[in-house]
Amino acid sequence: MSEQIKKFMYINRRAPYGTIYAWESLEVVLIGAAFDQDVSLAFMDDGVFQLVKGQDTADVEMKNFSPTYKALGDYDVTKLYVEKESLEERGLTLEDLMPLTYEDEDDDWAEKDSIRLVSRAEMADIMDEQDVFFSF
Amino acid sequence: MATLHTVNKSPFEKSSLDSCLAYVKDGGSVLMYEDAIYGAIKGTAYAEKVAAKGNVNFFVLGADLKARGVSEDKVIDGIEIVDYAKFVALAAENDNVQAWV
Repeated sequence: MSEQIKKFMYINRRAPYGTIYAWESLEVVLIGAAFDQDVSLAFMDDGVFQLVKGQDTADVEMKNFSPTYKALGDYDVTKLYVEKESLEERGLTLEDLMPLTYEDEDDDWAEKDSIRLVSRAEMADIMDEQDVFFSF
Repeated sequence: MATLHTVNKSPFEKSSLDSCLAYVKDGGSVLMYEDAIYGAIKGTAYAEKVAAKGNVNFFVLGADLKARGVSEDKVIDGIEIVDYAKFVALAAENDNVQAWV
């Protein structure tokens, strides 16, 4: 079997809670993290709503899975690309999103931001470099 | 006839809210819940379409705002935030309910 590391991208385009896509994506990302691939997550269209801070699902009696995004760094999932245009269309800025960080082992475990704000054109370029897509 | 229109899909992803707004009559009511609450937020690319419907009564379900981390001060002025009991009351008060699923 080939030991070659592939570039995996998980594409998140749905809002949380209204459908199961967002949660399913997160589950697959965590499972996939066991395979030591080069993982990126893309948040675009309504997918940017997944990262909004202050989610509280008590009154809708659903599981609030948003704290799980904070664990991604511990699984070496450290590249969360968030599309600027999608945020702007929805009246959001980076300030509205949860702060997500990871510790960089190649840089004396310095704490760094996992969220990388990119333009639509940059997102297209990043997608163009991938080997495999998982679409949610 | 007074009709309560309910919408539960994001206006950024589906055309349900667009269609609802095209059919709702002056004096009618629209309740946004689940992912449709994103249509009730100020400053989005969709907000003006809701604001343009000045003669429609808009409601949004508070529990779905809270679940999605949307604070009440982000809701477009004039949209009433309601709980599940008010949702039921609206359904009962109106002559008919049309669900734009």
